[in-house]
Amino acid sequence: MAFEHPAAAVIGWERLRPNFWDFVAFALVFGILILLAQAGRETLAPLASVQQTPVSLDPAMLPEYGLRTTLRMLAAILASLLFTLSYGALAAKSRRAEMVLIPLLDILQSVPVLGFLSFTVAGFMALVPGRVLGVELAAIFAIFTSQAWNMAFSFYQSLKTVPRDLEEASRSFRLSAWQRFWQLEVPFAMPGLVWNTMMSMSGGWFFVVASEAITVGDTTVSLPGIGSYLALAIDDKNLVAVGWAVLAMLVIILIYDQLLFRPLVAWAEKFRFEQAASATQPRSWMLDLIKRTQLVRALARPIGHALAQLSRISTPGRVSLSEAAQRMWPSRWVDGVWIAVIAVATFYALWRIEQFVTTEASLGELGQVALLASFTMIRVIVLIALATAIWVPIGVWIGMRPRVAEAVQPIAQFLAAFPANIIFPFVVIAIVHFRANPDIWLSPLMILGTQWYILFNVIAGASAFPTDLKEAAASLHIHGWRWWRQVILPGIFPYYVTGAITASGGSWNASIVAEVASWGSTKLKAHGVGAYIADATAAGDYPRIVLGVAVMSVFVLLFNRLLWRPMYAFAARHLRLD
Amino acid sequence: MLEPVTNHAGPTLLAVSDVRKAYAKGDRHDLIVLDDVSLTIREGEIVGLLGRSGSGKSTLLRIIGGLVPPTAGDVQWCGKTVTGPCEGVAMVFQSFALFPWLTVLENVEMGLEALGVPAELRRRRALEAIDLIGLDGFESAYPKELSGGMRQRVGFARALVVHPRLLLMDEPFSALDVLTAETLRTDLIDLWIEGRLPIKSMLMVTHNIEEAVLMCDRILLFSSNPGRVVQEIKVPLQHPRNRLDPQFRKLVDEIYALMTQRTDGRRADQGFLGTGIGMVLPRVSTNTFMGLTEAILGPPYNGKADLPELATALQMEVDDLFPIVEMLQLLRFVDLADGDIRLTPQGRRLADSDTDERKRLFADHLLTYVPIVALIKRVLDERPSHRAPFSRFSDQLEDFMSEDFAEQTLRSAITWGRYAELFAYDEETRQFSLENPS
Repeated sequence: MAFEHPAAAVIGWERLRPNFWDFVAFALVFGILILLAQAGRETLAPLASVQQTPVSLDPAMLPEYGLRTTLRMLAAILASLLFTLSYGALAAKSRRAEMVLIPLLDILQSVPVLGFLSFTVAGFMALVPGRVLGVELAAIFAIFTSQAWNMAFSFYQSLKTVPRDLEEASRSFRLSAWQRFWQLEVPFAMPGLVWNTMMSMSGGWFFVVASEAITVGDTTVSLPGIGSYLALAIDDKNLVAVGWAVLAMLVIILIYDQLLFRPLVAWAEKFRFEQAASATQPRSWMLDLIKRTQLVRALARPIGHALAQLSRISTPGRVSLSEAAQRMWPSRWVDGVWIAVIAVATFYALWRIEQFVTTEASLGELGQVALLASFTMIRVIVLIALATAIWVPIGVWIGMRPRVAEAVQPIAQFLAAFPANIIFPFVVIAIVHFRANPDIWLSPLMILGTQWYILFNVIAGASAFPTDLKEAAASLHIHGWRWWRQVILPGIFPYYVTGAITASGGSWNASIVAEVASWGSTKLKAHGVGAYIADATAAGDYPRIVLGVAVMSVFVLLFNRLLWRPMYAFAARHLRLD
Repeated sequence: MLEPVTNHAGPTLLAVSDVRKAYAKGDRHDLIVLDDVSLTIREGEIVGLLGRSGSGKSTLLRIIGGLVPPTAGDVQWCGKTVTGPCEGVAMVFQSFALFPWLTVLENVEMGLEALGVPAELRRRRALEAIDLIGLDGFESAYPKELSGGMRQRVGFARALVVHPRLLLMDEPFSALDVLTAETLRTDLIDLWIEGRLPIKSMLMVTHNIEEAVLMCDRILLFSSNPGRVVQEIKVPLQHPRNRLDPQFRKLVDEIYALMTQRTDGRRADQGFLGTGIGMVLPRVSTNTFMGLTEAILGPPYNGKADLPELATALQMEVDDLFPIVEMLQLLRFVDLADGDIRLTPQGRRLADSDTDERKRLFADHLLTYVPIVALIKRVLDERPSHRAPFSRFSDQLEDFMSEDFAEQTLRSAITWGRYAELFAYDEETRQFSLENPS
């Protein structure tokens, strides 16, 4: 009787016949494959070829540049994914690894990696001497450093919150560690991972612009890409070319958003753990298209099948240690040894940093850098306050109206993906034209790209605000300021804090790019630690880069620990609505 | 009726001997969850572990399933010591534990994946299990599209597909509504008596007395704090059983009596973990106290009720009812004996008076019989500021119990103390005080 079961029926020829959607999908897939092959060939060219054919401002070159840039970003995302799966898993599974890896991740998240660009380039160039590949790898690494941390963090947190019953079920059915990883842990982490990958992709754009035109010593290597194009356009004061670059970027974001991330988000919906079906399902025409195709699905099936097989490989359940070792391993004594090793390594590292920094800069400079960091901190605080004052009321207004929220959400997401530094030239022109004070007017650039997180989260909070509370407030005639203070602000506070944390972190990072901006030979500079790092980078002054980055990291960490963490804890304790 | 078990069903499948489970907390006390538990399961029987929540019966099930290692003692499965999940044992979970990203079919197949069953056979066996358990037509549905009852059917199919010799069930019906649970129970029993289940024995954890009597051949009664097997009860009724059968009712009454009996030398705080300040208090709202005393005072009970009857009338299960009853007993508002609950004179007054009088009476009894409330009151009285932080008391409680229990106990004390207007508590500052907001 089992053979006649409909689900077990053999796939008939009927289901293999291509339909119209197959044709569309076919064109898309092969178009992308050909472009990939072309771009791949170019990376193996000798380094001289890039120097011989410099980046041109011809708009006709933009599709190719755009492709190269996108490929770089995708490669970086892939690297980030690999890093995430291994780093996050290690941190979640091993208590001792966790002790080191998680604080490390916390620091890496708050370190402005842009400052380290010049270090890594030298390393990668040495790895693949004389080929474009070395520089490509350096650029990809730079983008990677802007993407990986939040993905790893989200994955780690998901692994730590895998529901106990599912964990027990998978153990009870004796899935091996490998099977459990792919069948339980990765699927459970999927929605958060996809969301963070999307965020990372947006964040990465910021770094593309900075990483494609790389200066090593006296020579500048410009990798063909939108970032180099834009850098050249700014050098040449070519406003039209800047416009073209903006347009190209818009198109690229639109394309990968539609072809890659919408389908991913819609697909990842099925991994959501909530047992009840949610009201609004994210949809994607691309995913629908793939689902509607027949031939493509049939062709993809063996691949999916192979991957599924891979996830099912049963590995030996656990390494069996000798009994003595099993008793020894989790003991406090081994913990002590481990902590001692970490402590020694930490002190050694601190000593090396001190040695390195003092080769160039005296420790007295520390005070000066701290002062500069305070300037930047004031900027961040003022900007977050301003963004809050502007976006909280707007976000609440939008969030309270589901129709508007639905229409606004994709626009806001698009704006968030748009690299803010691309419009820097326009601001610089304006500042020069109006003879404005760069210390003040360069500052808004810091929050340009990150303010959206506040808006997003406030909209989400206001949309999730319970209707019965809204109605209760209305029936009690709570209006005006009292309504804001007693009803909606406490209601959205947890969401707001989440958004503000992201926004402030991003603003610190952006200060490196935003406190120094140029237009041709005009260079504007604000006082701040971001400008200090940017200057040191331009001068190739490694000790000062380290000093600046270290001071900024300390500030960011303190800022997070002393301001955001307590607020977050307060929100979690008192203002949760569920 | 409660004769010792003599007839042996079949060869021994599982033997648990002297199992102890303790969780280390601090340096002074270990929290003992299971103490010296021994039992055997033979082929061809359904065994129930019946007890209150917190009696460690779920922990025992997990120890048997190889999910949790015992602190001491040993579990033998088919002659071998259990060190991890064993082949031939499958588990059904209270919360279903289905993978939301897998379809019904994939969820069921998952049970076979670790066994390395080839894909085709896997599919066939999964479809057979789905057929058997009545899920036909739902193969490609995702768990979130299913009702609770259907989800638990998937849970059963997933466990049965591996053809286990022993099926472990952790309160498999308690997350379902009454009707659904009953259908699923009878379906399962029908399959069992028809011999269509590919299993030899079942071991189920439950806190529902009627469920245990309905399904099990043998019931192991667990005491709380620490968990011990206090009694083994044989159910000599033929399947399918009828809940209205006088013999069935009698057995249920007897088990109720066993679970509430007051043996010599035991005090009113018998049901509680710890004594004095270290007594772990259940979380029960004062409304429930008042509601229950009113219900017992009113018709048809008029001050004295049969517990099983009362539970059925109020649609409550042992787990909901016992903490309330025992707390009322501790406060001397009710007396418990042999499955009956009776209001004391004070209890009658409590049920019968207006709010102010009630609060006064409740306050008196709280101060006299609940040491932690008395302590809070005394500390507040003695301090010149009449204030004390939450941690003043939670720290002291943690000398006797785990952090979670300390939190629960203090929260209960706060709720009751507030109702009785003995003291005030401000959550913002986590401070106790004597003043009430004016």
